[in-house]
Amino acid sequence: MSSSAATAAGRKGARGGADRTPLPTWLAGLLRGLPVLPSVVLLAVFLAGPIGYCVYYAFTDMQLTGSSGTHFTGLHNFSRAFGDPDFTNAVELTLMFVVGSAVVGQNTLGLALAVLMEKASKPVRSLTSAVVISAWVLPEVVAGYLMYAFFYQQGSLNAILRFLHLPQQNWLYTLPILAVCIANMWRGTAFSMLVYSAALGDVPRELVEAAEVDGASAWQRLWRVTLPVIRRSILTNLMLITLQTLSVFGLIYTMTRGGPGNKTETLPIFMYQQAFQNSLIGYGTAIALVLLVVGALFSVVYIRMLKVEEG
Amino acid sequence: MRTRLTVATGIAVVTAVLAATASGCGSGSGGSGKTIKVVYQKQLNSSNTVQPDFLAGQVKVFEKANPGTTVKLVPVTASENDYYTKIQLMMRSPVTAPDLVYEDTATINSDVASGYLKPLDGYLSTWKDWGQYAAASKAAMKYAEDGKTYGVPDNTDTRGIWYNKTLFEKAGIAVPWQPKTWADVLTAARAVKAKVPGVTPMNLYTGTAGGEQSSMQGFEMLLYGTAAGGSSLYDAAQKKWVVGSTGFKDALDFLHTVYSEGLGPKVQTALGVNIGAQVGTEMIPQGKLAIDIDGSWMPNNWIRTGPKPWPQWQTTMGEAAMPTQDGQGKGKVSMSGGWAWSIPAKAKNADLAWKFLQSLETETASAQWNNVNATIPVRQDVAADPKYLKALPTNAFFSGLVAATYYRPGVPAYTQVSSAIQKAMESVTTGQASVDKAASTFDNDVRSAVGADHTVQGAQ
Repeated sequence: MSSSAATAAGRKGARGGADRTPLPTWLAGLLRGLPVLPSVVLLAVFLAGPIGYCVYYAFTDMQLTGSSGTHFTGLHNFSRAFGDPDFTNAVELTLMFVVGSAVVGQNTLGLALAVLMEKASKPVRSLTSAVVISAWVLPEVVAGYLMYAFFYQQGSLNAILRFLHLPQQNWLYTLPILAVCIANMWRGTAFSMLVYSAALGDVPRELVEAAEVDGASAWQRLWRVTLPVIRRSILTNLMLITLQTLSVFGLIYTMTRGGPGNKTETLPIFMYQQAFQNSLIGYGTAIALVLLVVGALFSVVYIRMLKVEEG
Repeated sequence: MRTRLTVATGIAVVTAVLAATASGCGSGSGGSGKTIKVVYQKQLNSSNTVQPDFLAGQVKVFEKANPGTTVKLVPVTASENDYYTKIQLMMRSPVTAPDLVYEDTATINSDVASGYLKPLDGYLSTWKDWGQYAAASKAAMKYAEDGKTYGVPDNTDTRGIWYNKTLFEKAGIAVPWQPKTWADVLTAARAVKAKVPGVTPMNLYTGTAGGEQSSMQGFEMLLYGTAAGGSSLYDAAQKKWVVGSTGFKDALDFLHTVYSEGLGPKVQTALGVNIGAQVGTEMIPQGKLAIDIDGSWMPNNWIRTGPKPWPQWQTTMGEAAMPTQDGQGKGKVSMSGGWAWSIPAKAKNADLAWKFLQSLETETASAQWNNVNATIPVRQDVAADPKYLKALPTNAFFSGLVAATYYRPGVPAYTQVSSAIQKAMESVTTGQASVDKAASTFDNDVRSAVGADHTVQGAQ
């Protein structure tokens, strides 16, 4: 469209378009913006509107039931959250979950798989990627349910341990946050693996060979040559999986519903419980805003690191 | 030319989009002139189809009697807490509001306060059957602030102790059994634990997943049996919630004893969403549970039409009243609730909904419902009907508990206080918090939910 429009305009110019009064600049600008108008309207109606509403709700005492009026309460929801031990617990668990299952777990496992698969034979590579990616393409709730069946006390993990005469575990009850971390790693590793496989493909072969000639061990080659070359991919990947993991809800809800007690109550679960189980829509939305800020902070850190790279 | 074409296309697209969104808002709504939408909770336990079957039959009768009308039944399959959330979200908007909705009587006040429900006084004044309803059940439907009535109850219930006589004999406990104090209940449970291996001695509902089942069968059956009795949770005279009472801690302590001594189900089973169905359709019929503090409706699991037909229940199971803490007062305690039909404020077709509701609540239909559902009637004519009293051998016993029963506080904040109770129970059950810590967390939760000026210090 754009190229043909340009040629059309060019032809018009060649034939002396000056006989038509040119449109005033503002109108021309407006008309040029017209094609994006539908999407702007759609975004305003379906995205910006609800977000604006949400921000407003966070400063009110809106409830799902129990009171008909909604009053503006200023920062009350936020001061309540920061004084609420359950909220503190949720923030701690969220950080644990993000760092444990995404930054450390998915990231290193994905990198390790990608590096190992580079060296592997084709059938091994196909099989591994098929297995890893199949965990990723499952819908979140299905994955959560599978993982519940795996960790459940009468589940497959304990059946295997029983078969091997090893002591059985009851992870969903004793170490539930570890169980959901592992579940999230299992599910999300494929994404990191794909990103790193693509990035490793871009590492110039001669660089690696030169290092090999200079007598660098495989470990040193990875650490000093490969990783610095793909560092942008690392940061981008970190940012994406952090934001994905911050908002994981279905997986945890299916596996533990935030329990037992509040041992797996990460911010999204805590927010859901406050908003929809305790009917405190205003308070829940305020927590959602906090979650947004946490995500923004992570993003800012990663973006700064990327900027430093360029600078 | 091209510019104009672009403009035209742009405008066309915008118009199309706006038209689409505008029309999209009109679809999916509830009742029209001749159609009503009826929402009720379908149990998570899919084999329990008592209510769907009953309602389907009633709809057939109604549609035949009123040609041209359509009653759309909308079952919401969810746990109790999720069900309330869902119907409250539905009732918020005229687009999604049903015409008739089935609610636990404890949530009605809170939904009235939100303006979700329509007062029914206009309809009730011309409905002669309303005179048949028991005064206590009518009172539970009245909203204190405006004195109007917002629902028609279709059953009530009482709670007591179910015990397995066979297991009791094995444990060397004399049957019939009627504990006089909480300590007697624990003694019996300990005897079962010691003498009958492989059996869960007692079930006491707990935790957030069970919702109201935990608050009411699990906790309030204990709390209302403490010294403060009817004002142990809410002081109706002062209109204040009770915090910091010894009774509250005693009830939590009982719960702590049950789970820390291994007298209850495995903790993760007890905290599961499905515990209610497991107790009724698996543990009790399989003879795996000796004592169950539960509702009068339990036989609806075991009758011929129930999810787990078990004819031997009549000879195997015994019933006892829940004792008060030290046998004080009347010596026994029960809690009553029940469910009711209400018409949402934003219903499109309230008149037809009312008409259908009347047909659901005739004497014949009520009697049928109370029988299939094994609940206690709220209509006096049904309650006095010998057919009802004979329908289940336990009907007379559980109707008799009405004399010692309490109703939950009929105030909007109850739902939030109930959540706080469940949270306190869960933290004690898992051992995450001590009894004192859980009780003080509860006090803080209640203060932040209702405001400190609406709380009062309980007896120490």
